[in-house]
Amino acid sequence: MEIYRWPGEPTLHQILREDGTLAREEPPGVQDQAQAWYRFMVFCRRFDQKALNLQRQGRLGTYAPFSGQEAAQIGSFAALRRDDWVFPSYRELAGMMYHGLDPAHALLFSRGHPAAGYMPKELAMFPGQIIIGAQLLHATGAAWACKLRGEDRVAAAFFGDGATSQGDFHEALNFASVFQLPVVFFCQNNQYAISVPVTRQMATPTVAQKAIAYQIEGIRVDGNDIFAVYDAMRYAVEHARSGGGPVLIEAVTYRLGPHTTSDDPTRYRDPEVHDAWARAKDPLLRLRRWLERQGLWDEDQERAWTAEVDTRLAEATERMEQTPMPDPASVFDHVYAQMPPALRRQKQELTDLRGRV
Amino acid sequence: MAERTMIAAIQHALWTALAEDPRVIILGEDVGKNGGVFRATEGLQAEFGEHRVVDTPLAESGIVGTAIGLAVAGMRPVAEIQFLGFIYETMDQIASQAARIRFRTQGRFHVPLVIRSPFGGGVRTPELHSDSLEALFVHTPGLQVVMPSNPYDAKGLLLAAIDSEDPVLFLEPMRLYRAQRMEVPDERYTVPIGTAQVVRDGRDVTLLAWGPTVPLALQAAEQAASTDVSCEVIDVRTLAPLDLDTLAASVQKTGRAVVIHEAVRTAGVGAEIVASLNDAVFYSLLAPIQRVTGYDTPYPPPLVEDAWLPSVPRILRAIAEVMEE
Ligand SMILES: Cc1ncc(C[n+]2csc(CCOP(=O)(O)OP(=O)(O)O)c2C)c(N)n1
Repeated sequence: MEIYRWPGEPTLHQILREDGTLAREEPPGVQDQAQAWYRFMVFCRRFDQKALNLQRQGRLGTYAPFSGQEAAQIGSFAALRRDDWVFPSYRELAGMMYHGLDPAHALLFSRGHPAAGYMPKELAMFPGQIIIGAQLLHATGAAWACKLRGEDRVAAAFFGDGATSQGDFHEALNFASVFQLPVVFFCQNNQYAISVPVTRQMATPTVAQKAIAYQIEGIRVDGNDIFAVYDAMRYAVEHARSGGGPVLIEAVTYRLGPHTTSDDPTRYRDPEVHDAWARAKDPLLRLRRWLERQGLWDEDQERAWTAEVDTRLAEATERMEQTPMPDPASVFDHVYAQMPPALRRQKQELTDLRGRV
Repeated sequence: MAERTMIAAIQHALWTALAEDPRVIILGEDVGKNGGVFRATEGLQAEFGEHRVVDTPLAESGIVGTAIGLAVAGMRPVAEIQFLGFIYETMDQIASQAARIRFRTQGRFHVPLVIRSPFGGGVRTPELHSDSLEALFVHTPGLQVVMPSNPYDAKGLLLAAIDSEDPVLFLEPMRLYRAQRMEVPDERYTVPIGTAQVVRDGRDVTLLAWGPTVPLALQAAEQAASTDVSCEVIDVRTLAPLDLDTLAASVQKTGRAVVIHEAVRTAGVGAEIVASLNDAVFYSLLAPIQRVTGYDTPYPPPLVEDAWLPSVPRILRAIAEVMEE
């Protein structure tokens, strides 16, 4: 009797070591982009902080911070084309802004503004999915359409480690495998699904190995190493685009902040583990060290850029706050293409009532 | 006796059930170490252990599906669905499985399962966290659907649900979790499933509400009183099975009724109640029964929700309408 077993030790694709030296040669294109990536990572880190502050001041509602995951998000989105399909989760604002979402728009989600849902016309990107795992199937279907229509676009789904427990995850991988679809499943294993550590989410040592059961390619990458993330995603996107079928990527990373502004991570997190991730493994620090070694960054540039970022964030906040308040009666406008008579009556009722009260 | 909020009363009911019955097991996302995202299970894992208060993988269908297996095989599972908006994930396990097992096995197997879930608007949640979905389950034969509006009922109804031999969907209005403190006995007691409660006596109009709209109905009744309209307010409390006798008796007396719910209007539980009251007391009615409900749209984002939700002014307008006839 043959008994199938997971064959070996988990691997981890790494290019940039924690001290900023290279573990192997950097992939092509990285030299040119590294400084821009770093600038964007600093922008995102400060955006995240700003959003948390705005929430504390009551100027934003619930917010899901992504700090610690900048390399995973920016490195993966950097390998996508503007016309590729993107199905993110709620924690993907760094990647989404890199892809072209205006920071003022990004803030509108937590503002609770209906306008947040209307994504830029020039992008094939959905708003962040709230229902864990649902977007993997949408990406699979979009990839299917690309294949049927003979387009050379790919679809990418972004999700967390918790999402791998949902049926939707397994159904998506299976459909993508059966129909050989150009879709990349990008999992940010940030170690927690709210309070549940990944070791209790799954008994497998990795997310990436789940690819094997579906006869698709799997890659496990250091998610705080932007070079390695970009390298893995570039490979996966090319593989998918050239008809090779789906790829599952696990980016091993860490959520530095709370799950959302409603969460208290001190209830479930080990402070020692947290400190290790917060210091030595910080994705910004790692890239900065490399840039400094290359003579591409220094303290003055850091100071100047930080100041510039803060100006841009103040400006984005202002624009977010100046977005006109939604007309409550507009809630009826996008339920159907044509408003049915009953809804028209309800819209009238709401309008009358507001006139009166 | 202690003063408790609704969330504390729920926690206390769960504690009581775990302490008195070794078959009781709590399962769900973040219910263990974290004590639940609203702290409904605060401290329970520390006291009763990881095998009785279980952090599950993130999979609603997995939670309810395995809870069914646990229940038929001798346990008393209390499953938590973190927000009611996520319950669609496990619709099959609830509607096609849990609700039908007694029926399809002709009584050979049954499912003593409780599914708790927070829901409801007005608390500025992200998308898909606020929907009131009770009608889906009232439309599912084999299920019981209960919804407390105060701490006392929350404990009593939850213990009654855990006692029940059939599946119960226990819906917890988020907005009321910490809205009110009231005396909640330390001892075990139950509030029977299937009983509505008159929470304010009145003469002219019956206001029928459940969960988050009960406090609204009481406020509206108070304001209506200043214009000499006397409202009777009934907390329906159990939506399946419905206590039609209590509802009908009140409407027979007042001759007028307004049904108030947060869920969308079309095919809502309000429609069922209006139809049932028309059957039962049509000839006592002095005016057509009015409904004040959520509008027929998806639950809107925080900046819009207040205008969308049933409100005291909307209820007063409906009261004026039935009084005009
Ligand atoms: C279907 C569903 N169930 C539960 C939730 C509540 N919830 C929101 S985020 C979350 C944890 C998700 O963890 P993970 O997939 O690892 O992503 P992360 O938040 O860590 O980015 C849970 C349980 C939800 N939004 N949708």
